[in-house]
Amino acid sequence: MNTPIQRLYALVLVLFAVLVYFTSRNAVFDAKALRDNALNKRTLLEEQQIHRGTIRAADGTILARSVKQRGGVYSRRYPVGGLFGHAIGYSFTTLGRAGLERSRNDDLTGKRNELTSIIDQLRGKRQTGDSVRTTLDAPAQRVAYQALNGRKGAVVALDPRSGAVKVMASFPQYDPNALRGPGTYARLANDNENRPLVNRATQFGYAPGSTFKVVTATAAIDSGEFTSQSTVDGKNGVKISGVPLQNDYNQSFGPIDLATALEKSVNTVYAQVAEKVGKQTMKKYMERFGFGSKPQLDYPKDQMSSSGEYRNGKLIPPTSRFVDVGRMGIGQDKLAVTPLQMAEVASAVANGGRLMKPHFTDRIVDSDGRTVEEIKPEEQSRVMKPSTASTVTAMMERVVQSGTGTQAQIQGIRVAGKTGTAETQIGKTTNNVWFIAFAPADNPRVAIAVTMEHQIGFGGDVAAPVAKAVMESLLK
Amino acid sequence: MKARNRELLALVPASLLVTAGFAAIFIQRQDLLSNVSLTYGLLFLGLCLAAHIVLRLTLPHADPYLFPLVALLACFGLVMVYRIDDTLARQQAQWFVIGLIMFAAVVVLLRDYHVLERYRYVIALVSLFLLLLPRVPGIGSQVNGAYLGIHFAGTTFQPAEFAKIGIVVFLASYLRDTRQLLVTAGTRVLGITLPPLKHFGPLLVVFGAAMLELLVIRDLGSSLMFFGGFLAVLYVATNRLSFPVIGLLLFALGAWLIGTHTPHVHDRIEAWQHPFRASLYNRTGGSFQVAQSVFAQADGGLFGRGFGEALISYPCEIGGHAANCPLLPAAQTDLIYSVITNELGLFGACGLLLVYLLAVERGFRIAMLARDSFSKLLAAGLTSVFALQVFVIVGGVTRAIPLTGVTLPFVSYGGSSIMANFVLLALLLVVSDRARRDPL
Repeated sequence: MNTPIQRLYALVLVLFAVLVYFTSRNAVFDAKALRDNALNKRTLLEEQQIHRGTIRAADGTILARSVKQRGGVYSRRYPVGGLFGHAIGYSFTTLGRAGLERSRNDDLTGKRNELTSIIDQLRGKRQTGDSVRTTLDAPAQRVAYQALNGRKGAVVALDPRSGAVKVMASFPQYDPNALRGPGTYARLANDNENRPLVNRATQFGYAPGSTFKVVTATAAIDSGEFTSQSTVDGKNGVKISGVPLQNDYNQSFGPIDLATALEKSVNTVYAQVAEKVGKQTMKKYMERFGFGSKPQLDYPKDQMSSSGEYRNGKLIPPTSRFVDVGRMGIGQDKLAVTPLQMAEVASAVANGGRLMKPHFTDRIVDSDGRTVEEIKPEEQSRVMKPSTASTVTAMMERVVQSGTGTQAQIQGIRVAGKTGTAETQIGKTTNNVWFIAFAPADNPRVAIAVTMEHQIGFGGDVAAPVAKAVMESLLK
Repeated sequence: MKARNRELLALVPASLLVTAGFAAIFIQRQDLLSNVSLTYGLLFLGLCLAAHIVLRLTLPHADPYLFPLVALLACFGLVMVYRIDDTLARQQAQWFVIGLIMFAAVVVLLRDYHVLERYRYVIALVSLFLLLLPRVPGIGSQVNGAYLGIHFAGTTFQPAEFAKIGIVVFLASYLRDTRQLLVTAGTRVLGITLPPLKHFGPLLVVFGAAMLELLVIRDLGSSLMFFGGFLAVLYVATNRLSFPVIGLLLFALGAWLIGTHTPHVHDRIEAWQHPFRASLYNRTGGSFQVAQSVFAQADGGLFGRGFGEALISYPCEIGGHAANCPLLPAAQTDLIYSVITNELGLFGACGLLLVYLLAVERGFRIAMLARDSFSKLLAAGLTSVFALQVFVIVGGVTRAIPLTGVTLPFVSYGGSSIMANFVLLALLLVVSDRARRDPL
């Protein structure tokens, strides 16, 4: 009778092997698919039980914090409401996350590597999120929204020396607290006229208009093709790519130098300069400024757009045969540029030609108050020689002193800037107005880009005062 | 080294494990690492020592490894149940004490277990009666469409746990007498030996009645276990592969008929095959449990998330009131294996299966060493039923087979399960003692 017993044991071995097979399938081989299953709410439910870290402004103002709900779960509150809605985003179990809440999720939930987790577990520490101290300046952000005054658009201010984002305002804004209300999210997401959930500062591509002349001037001077004193004929109606190009008010200029042409924002001069410099060189400098790829900001990639020439909704290189390089050189053609990108342009000139990586996060602090990580300033690229930077700075200073940007003048501080006015649709009287600037010109501490949609008037009249107000607040 | 000394030494790892396990849970709960964990370990060691002394006095030759293996399982189960709900763990510890008392009683009173043979029909009838109890109005109770338990003196009993032992005892003693006849006196039809009805009849009647009753109380898991045990004993008794094969074919036919005609069974099969189908997932008694079981395992990975880390329930609101919603229904009984996989990973789960496998191996070894047919059949039958119980529940929660509710022996929470399995263990040990007393 022992043979059948042995066979029986063999059968049990087979049955247990089946169990091991199915266990390993569930726990290891199919685990990823099971975790991604829409019915699987374990991860969300677990993160709900973690005390998520606080997000603070540079001055310590709390921008987002977790409050304990009934039953020991945490829910997110945004004490400043819509003020930083776009930059900070939101984090709710039902909606998921956006903004800095998403890009810094691992820090905010206190995710560590395997070893640290085990040690924490042994020490009896519950997983707590780390706090994020941002570089954002709450008072200046308020000033920005006051200055926008209900006009659709965006303001981005950076510290050119470090790349720290000081202000990122986008109007219409939204209050993340309100998203928890039933139906609110769907209503805002479907508002195609105002698109309040979309961050205009990082996602909307606008024609940059004459502010782009700063890029063209940089390429022209840094490549050695031109100097600020080089003269170009600025008469009205010069043919660019076979089509006559008009100056503002159809004003005709004689041969004028590049500095004067920037001061008065002469289209025909810079279009000819861009044609002379050529697509290849333009492309090189645009890429150094950050065009053609997504910004390196610590922000979700799909909430940022690349700036550059677009054809049929697709990014094309400036060397493409579809590009009218002359009109691109004055910020027209098919350029779609984010306010963040233009702030980076101003910032690169301000910082002696060195473009710093933009960042929201100043440092990560753990629940005991120790700094876990400090975000050091990092160079993104060397856009131009320091000499070029000082030449372009001087040219931009003249724009504010005696050119199209006089409304950005600040008492006792030298401001360098450039205006922009892009006709959105031919024949329409409303424009996308722009102003980019930095100050103080001799030792820049702030670089800014302001844009507003569908405004009547010029960038120098509409956008420059907004930039001035925000810069004043930041330089105080 | 003598058998009992080996047993004593083998108990040390079990008590170390229970101490470490409780320590881990206390650390995880941010409690002070009190001496409670140590107390639990000592208490457990004390209980095991007491059982060990009983064995030393009554069954000095019995298998030395089986009891430590079971102690390991039981203490592991106690830690897991404690981690899920400490009130349940205290009750479980009480059942553990009662189980050990029953274990000692069987060991002392049934040292001559051959008396069981004399009462085989009584045992069979009592088992059948036990199986029917949950259907008796007033004391029976229905859970998820199945009648599994009876209410008695404030607690719930699952009579099927005890009935499985009774039926195996009956099968073993009946087949001891008739096994030769079944093989030799059969008629061959189409090359297959059919057992004579005269001798096979009573067996079929008792067993058929048991199966019918299981259908009446809709205890699918136990049916599977009983039927498997029956075929295993029959196979060992006759050494004819055709018997279990025919049995399996009949079983397949029956399963198909029942599966297509009983909504309760049909639901279980549907939930097994399509656990993530929304219509099944959201239905009461649908696939929620199976789906959550595999989701919990998916988070385990190779090494698991650590003791006490599995999410079993979550705070929610029911009708405006804060409540605790279960994420893993029946975590302490049916789904305890999923909790283990979540917290200890694939390696932890395989380790547990290995302990079961070692225990099963000792069981079959006892059967092989036993010298008379009844002992062999009894040991092999009890071991098979034990192994099948593990397969039915672990297979159910890992989605190898449809999920049916039986307990994971010695690990799941449940008084009747603990008590019945300790009786099973005691029977195996008395058989073992007799077999090893005078080696050939």
